[in-house]
Amino acid sequence: MITPAHYTVLSAALFIIGMIGVLLRRNIIVIFMSIELMLNAVNINLVAYSSQLHNAVGQVFAIFVICVAAAEAAIGLGIILAFYRNKETVNIDEMNLMRW
Amino acid sequence: MDFIWLIPILPGVGAALNGVFGIRFFSKRASGLLACTTMAAAFVLAVAGFVQLLGLPADSRAHDVTLFTWIPPIALQTAGGIGTFQIPWSFRLDPLAAVMILVVTGVGFLIHVYSIGYMADESRGAYARYFSYLNLFCFFMLTLVLGANFLVMFVGWEGVGLCSYLLIGYWYEKKSASDAGKKAFIANRIGDWGFLIGVFLIFFTFGTLDFRAVANAAGAMPVETAHFGTLSLICLLLFIGATGKSAQIPLYVWLPDAMEGPTPVSALIHAATMVTAGVYMVGRNAVLFSHAPMTMEIVAIVGVLTALMAASIGLVQNDIKRVLAYSTVSQLGYMFVAMGVGAFAAGAFHLMTHAFFKALLFLCSGAVIHAMAGEQDMRKMGGLKKHLPVTYVTMLIGTLAIAGIPPLSGFFSKDEILLNAFLNNKIVWTLAAVTALMTAFYMYRLISLTFLGAYRGPAWEASGSKAVHEVPAHGPGAPDTHAGHGGHGHGAWHGPHEAPRTMTVPLIALAVGAVFAGFVGIPAVLGGGNAIEKFLEPSFVAEHRVAAKGLVGAELASARDARAETSSAPTSSAEASAHEKAEMSASGEFGLMLFSVFLGGLGIWVAYRFYVRRPEISEQLAARFAGAHRVLTNKYYVDEFYGATVVNGTLGSANGLWAVDRNVVDGAVNGSGWFTIFTSWVSGLIDKYIVDGLVNLVGWILERSSFVFRRAQTGLIQNYALLMLVGVFVFVTYLLLR
Repeated sequence: MITPAHYTVLSAALFIIGMIGVLLRRNIIVIFMSIELMLNAVNINLVAYSSQLHNAVGQVFAIFVICVAAAEAAIGLGIILAFYRNKETVNIDEMNLMRW
Repeated sequence: MDFIWLIPILPGVGAALNGVFGIRFFSKRASGLLACTTMAAAFVLAVAGFVQLLGLPADSRAHDVTLFTWIPPIALQTAGGIGTFQIPWSFRLDPLAAVMILVVTGVGFLIHVYSIGYMADESRGAYARYFSYLNLFCFFMLTLVLGANFLVMFVGWEGVGLCSYLLIGYWYEKKSASDAGKKAFIANRIGDWGFLIGVFLIFFTFGTLDFRAVANAAGAMPVETAHFGTLSLICLLLFIGATGKSAQIPLYVWLPDAMEGPTPVSALIHAATMVTAGVYMVGRNAVLFSHAPMTMEIVAIVGVLTALMAASIGLVQNDIKRVLAYSTVSQLGYMFVAMGVGAFAAGAFHLMTHAFFKALLFLCSGAVIHAMAGEQDMRKMGGLKKHLPVTYVTMLIGTLAIAGIPPLSGFFSKDEILLNAFLNNKIVWTLAAVTALMTAFYMYRLISLTFLGAYRGPAWEASGSKAVHEVPAHGPGAPDTHAGHGGHGHGAWHGPHEAPRTMTVPLIALAVGAVFAGFVGIPAVLGGGNAIEKFLEPSFVAEHRVAAKGLVGAELASARDARAETSSAPTSSAEASAHEKAEMSASGEFGLMLFSVFLGGLGIWVAYRFYVRRPEISEQLAARFAGAHRVLTNKYYVDEFYGATVVNGTLGSANGLWAVDRNVVDGAVNGSGWFTIFTSWVSGLIDKYIVDGLVNLVGWILERSSFVFRRAQTGLIQNYALLMLVGVFVFVTYLLLR
């Protein structure tokens, strides 16, 4: 029997994997993908508790998050593309134009 | 008589035409003719006015002509509340003015004619300039005489001073002439100051400047016998003006120097007319003066001292014109004696006779100078009688007239003054009598040195022969030779010669005047009616016609009667209360007359003895009294005294004030400048180091401190993310564990 605890552990594991990816990787594409992992970990949590509590609001929220993630991915990839055209790299350490 | 305004205007037009067009365009003949014509026309009008004035009844012999309002009404503070200051440009013809305009236009015309001959050697422009000045002088003099109020008179008063300055400095290339002009002008200005202050005080006291209104107002005031009041002060100030214009102590010094001008100018301005303006002005204000006996006393004393001092200087002068100049000062002193003892009519009478014989004497001296080619030193003349017969005879007439030999004009007028002085003040009479003696002496000395004895001048080239000892026409060595004169346009000097007809005819005319002018004033004791005094009397008393006609008419009549009886009352009864009424018997008066004739005769006899019969006596006397002689020759050192005190004092104080200006005032200005520069320098330093320093300090602190804090901004996104994570952990942990 799959209990809510299983879903929570899975979601936490996914979130931590995503967070570690964001903090440690230098390739911005990978960081981007890690952010998607973290968002989806949240989605799992929302859907699991929606089913457990018989409340549809959680699933509606999950769909909102997917929409926002899609929009974010579009904008983020646009920025990355523009940056790449300027710098010929996707290394995040090179992205320091705003530094003093 | 409405035409009297034309009398001054005519010479004024002549002056304008000659001055504007004459200098450039007129021939000598035209400008001389123009000037003489205007004067002749003015003389004719003056005679016409005089005749019409005689036709009026004696009480109402005055006529006013107002041309226009000169100064529109202005409210001014006076002693009696707010008054209205309004001056019309008006002329008044009354007996005194009538006599004066006859003298000015008559003598003036003759001198204009004389000038045609005397100034013939001037260049064309200078000739027209001379006649323009001379006409302008007559314009101002007639304005002065005819003016009906103090301000119109003042215009003439200043104008004649200006013309005097212009004509003294006529030969302006000569330093001494331009200096003399300045001296005359400055001395006159000092007097004018007193006159002007007096006029201010008159307006403040009476609220009007009209002569008749002032006289009537003053006539109603009490006589200031006991105290020195307003009237006395007014009269003293007016008299200061008179001392400047009429060359009295202490301002007489300009007149002898004024002889630098052309001789006709000396005759017209500095003998016959302008210098008598002061006497005329005192006579014009006779009512004021007779209410101020203390000032009258001063006038008499100053007059007699001037007469005595100038006559004594005249005793030893060697310049022919200077003798006459000191004689003029002395005779003016006589006129002031007359004014000061209240014998206004006698003073005006002497003014008239003096105008004739002194103008005559000056013109004769001009003829002599002309004959001697500019020489003025009498020691280089002598024996000119046979060369200048007309001049000799006319000058002798003038001399006898001034010496007071009957029946010439000077006798009557001078005797009238001496008589009035005797009645009023014995000391004044004594000094005046001594002066009369001196006058006769120095005048006959002048005649003796010039016309009698042996010729002492330079030799001359006989006409036609080529003599070796040619004498230059100009006397370069003679100190007083005026620059423009000499030469005479006929080459070398051919010795003394009689003057041309334009010069001798005026001499003869004036000589006739000098003989007969006195007959209008024959005193009662000699069987005459003293017509001039009766004629002039209305000008010297206040008119109360408007207020109380009958009463004062009687008063005037009684005054005349008193005069006719005694022929000696010093003033009319209106003024007589101010003076000690003196009585004089006919025999006493006759005795005085004989005494003055004796004095005149004595002076002439002594001069004749000293300078013709035994010339060595005068030299011995001069050697014996060397000290006195030197003092007199140097004119009592008055010029030196004034130079040392007044002139140097003025210069010294001016230098002192300049030093104050330079050091204190300029110093203060420069000091404030330096102070401003210094404070702005300090303020600049404060700005630079303190204000700027504070601003820079703030910036510096911010810059330095930013080094610490900018370390936080690594620009590495993952660093920021890690910090966020740590923050979330800390926050959550805090929430969970609290």
